[in-house]
Amino acid sequence: MGLTEERLIKNLQTMGKRVLENINQGENPELEILTRALNNVYYDNSTGLIKLGDKSQKRYYFNVNQAKKFMQTLLIADRIKWLMEQGKPALSIRQLFYTLKHNIPGSKENTFDNQDESDPIIEDIEVMIDALREQLKLIATPKGVLSGPIMVKDKTGDLLDYTKMGSAGGAVPPIVEDDFFHIKECSADFILVVEKFAVWNLLNQQKYWKDANCLLLTGKGQPARAERRLVNRLSTELKLPVYVFADMDPWGYYIYSVYKQGSINLAFFSEKSGAPQAKYIGFMTKDVKTFDIPKSSHIKLENVDLKRIEELKNYDWFKTKEWQDELKSLKDFGNKIEQDSLVAKSIEFTAKEYLPYKIENKEFLN
Amino acid sequence: MLKLMKSDFMTIAKELAKEHREISVAEFFERNKHLLGFENLQKSLLTCVREAVDNALDACEDARILPQIYVELKEIGENRFKIIVEDNGPGIVKKNIPKIFAKLLYGGKFNLCQSRGQQGIGISASVLYAQLTTGKPTKIYSRIGDGKSHVYVLHINISKNEPEIISEETLTGVNGHGTRVEMEIKGKYIKSRLSVNEYLQQTAIMNPFAQIIYIAPDGKETEFPRVVDKLPPKSKNIKPHPHGVELGILIRMLRATTARNIAGFLTSDFSSIGRTTAIKVCEKAEVDHKISPKSITRSEADKILDALQEERIQKPPTNCLSPIGADAIREGLTKEIHPEFVATLSRKPTVYSGHPFIVEVGIAYGGDLEKEGNISLLRFANKVPLLYRQSACALTKSVTQTSWRRYGLKQSSGALPQGPVAILIHFASVWIPYTSESKEAIAAYPVIMKEVRLALQEVSRKLALYLSKKRRSKYQEERIAMFKRYASEIAVALSGLTGKEKEKIEENMMKLVEEKIKKLELETEENSELITEDVEETEEKTEDKFKENGDIE
Repeated sequence: MGLTEERLIKNLQTMGKRVLENINQGENPELEILTRALNNVYYDNSTGLIKLGDKSQKRYYFNVNQAKKFMQTLLIADRIKWLMEQGKPALSIRQLFYTLKHNIPGSKENTFDNQDESDPIIEDIEVMIDALREQLKLIATPKGVLSGPIMVKDKTGDLLDYTKMGSAGGAVPPIVEDDFFHIKECSADFILVVEKFAVWNLLNQQKYWKDANCLLLTGKGQPARAERRLVNRLSTELKLPVYVFADMDPWGYYIYSVYKQGSINLAFFSEKSGAPQAKYIGFMTKDVKTFDIPKSSHIKLENVDLKRIEELKNYDWFKTKEWQDELKSLKDFGNKIEQDSLVAKSIEFTAKEYLPYKIENKEFLN
Repeated sequence: MLKLMKSDFMTIAKELAKEHREISVAEFFERNKHLLGFENLQKSLLTCVREAVDNALDACEDARILPQIYVELKEIGENRFKIIVEDNGPGIVKKNIPKIFAKLLYGGKFNLCQSRGQQGIGISASVLYAQLTTGKPTKIYSRIGDGKSHVYVLHINISKNEPEIISEETLTGVNGHGTRVEMEIKGKYIKSRLSVNEYLQQTAIMNPFAQIIYIAPDGKETEFPRVVDKLPPKSKNIKPHPHGVELGILIRMLRATTARNIAGFLTSDFSSIGRTTAIKVCEKAEVDHKISPKSITRSEADKILDALQEERIQKPPTNCLSPIGADAIREGLTKEIHPEFVATLSRKPTVYSGHPFIVEVGIAYGGDLEKEGNISLLRFANKVPLLYRQSACALTKSVTQTSWRRYGLKQSSGALPQGPVAILIHFASVWIPYTSESKEAIAAYPVIMKEVRLALQEVSRKLALYLSKKRRSKYQEERIAMFKRYASEIAVALSGLTGKEKEKIEENMMKLVEEKIKKLELETEENSELITEDVEETEEKTEDKFKENGDIE
């Protein structure tokens, strides 16, 4: 990772040249692509990250089911190379889709019909040429919002002070690499990553970041690439502890794990986006008693929840004793607790009681 | 030429005559004309043409002459037509002309053979119909090759059922042979379904050895050409098989026989009975085998009939049948429909109720056939098209009961299949088991249904094979077009990636596609696939509930 733009262009060239060679030698043109699926993903204990294995599959031209995808792969590769060479502004992956979608002459067929076709191919190319989408001048839309004591110099030259972003907070830009998002100053003691915007919003209005001297970030549910990359930078470059505040249910747990160990689909991105030191600061089953959460705030676990709990149990990165115990105990408890529901205790409960108590007593799940 | 059918009418007519002497043949006809094909103007026109054409074809075939038939319809007034039918048959000897055309139910023997004539009551009924509806006599020209032409103008004496000769003359210095009939009737002309044109076209399909020229009322001439130069085998007369007779027929045969005793009658007047069997039958029926057939009473005849049915008797000979054969059916379908695919089949003779029969089928695809809607079903009995009462017919049921989807055709359950297909079924027998007197639908004897079904299955399998081959080759073409289409796009992309000339890449790419196609076609013939169909190892979607990365804007 971290290859130069010239190197990436060269990689794309090589990819094209190999296919040309196939053609000139009368062979079935092929592309080799690392498999991005659960069966080619493993949990690396030494780094604490989910990583991509080395299983690959070939995409052939003379295969009725693959021919179109083969063509689409080359079209996208060519377009990415052109974008980099021309020094054009970064495009969203939807915009890229539109630059490539066109009618194939002499037919009623389009090169691409919808974005579902182009998105996975972009990821294919990322792994093929060992690049990150951000380096390829392609952006996914970030959803993240940030506040707290950090000063950043934006690519535009503007200086951003995240203590002065008001009640809405500051947006996380699509690309948070150093040349786009240069961290000038940061006096925070830790980062609090909040699963839901509503909870983040309440904490921000109460200026929790000021009381706790922390950065307050939300990815609004499943985080996009930019939020994950930002957490990774703050955790590795500034050595800030990361606490993930999520729902007490398997979905919340999984969001925590995406920040911490990475995701299956983007396993190749884990090293750039993971934060192995991150800790779960959300509700634990024993907290229900500790904080005397009223029964009215309990939500019964549905079948999908129970099924998801079983899936989490089987992920290698959830195989620590404390997580296995917690998953079992959640199942036994039979209910989930949403982070929003803590306002039932009192509006200030989360900021004034819950979080300080957790941090002071180091009551985390790891 | 007598058909058994006619003798049935003879029985009815005679019995009617006994009981009610005052009822004339004309009244009998008037009362029963719906049974004889004259229930409405449209059908009456068709029936008159059909009787004349069927007779002409039978006469030619009997005399081993390749038929050449001329049919002309002239509209001479509102719902009034002149019908002219002329053939190149052997002609009719002078003395027989009046009776054949102007005496209802004229005939003699009990022998059976496969002929068209079973269809109706015969040409004399048409002559009577003409007389009753327009009052005009029928004119006959007959040449038997002796240089003369006998011309008769005939009426039927209705009360006596005898010919009434209006005029007769003999022309000399005339060449060739053949018969020409001219009559004037009330009728209604239509062009589409159930029309004279449809009847003639189907006749042309089933009789490809005949040339038929048709002048429609609008003056338009249609030629149905001869495409086969060989007549079907001549059908031999056979005597009735004991398992195929009914009491009425048996009684009449007993009256008419020249045999001196009953055992002799059974061996000489029936097929497949030897003397030993004959005596055994008499014993079982408790009838002295030495007595004269003329002295047999009705109840004795009944017992003899029962004894005959119980006795195991050899199957009847099948040389009485005259199938047209798979090749001729193919020729017939091809010349009239111009299909892209035809399969035909002529089954071996089989027997139902003592009557030998043969089923012949053909299936045609494409060509002039309508792409949408039901298939065309062409039913024939002894080479004569059956146009009416399609849904009541066993031949139709055999088609609707077949599951056509497995043969690549659309079909709603219990209905005819759909698509550009013609299915031809020919039922040939010395005795056609019609469901009713109208003689348009064949009865559903299980053995007949089974024969038709087996025949259909065999030709349909061939059609299915053809259709799947056709679909496959269409699929191949689509694939080739796809590879070429994408190749142009790939050339652009590869040129961008490598900086090489786009035209050159495209050229090489096309060359590669051509090469792979050649190999592909070669291997397809061996029924294998070069181009792999294996599905790319399915990319397992992550089990995450939420879509990661927020990629979709």
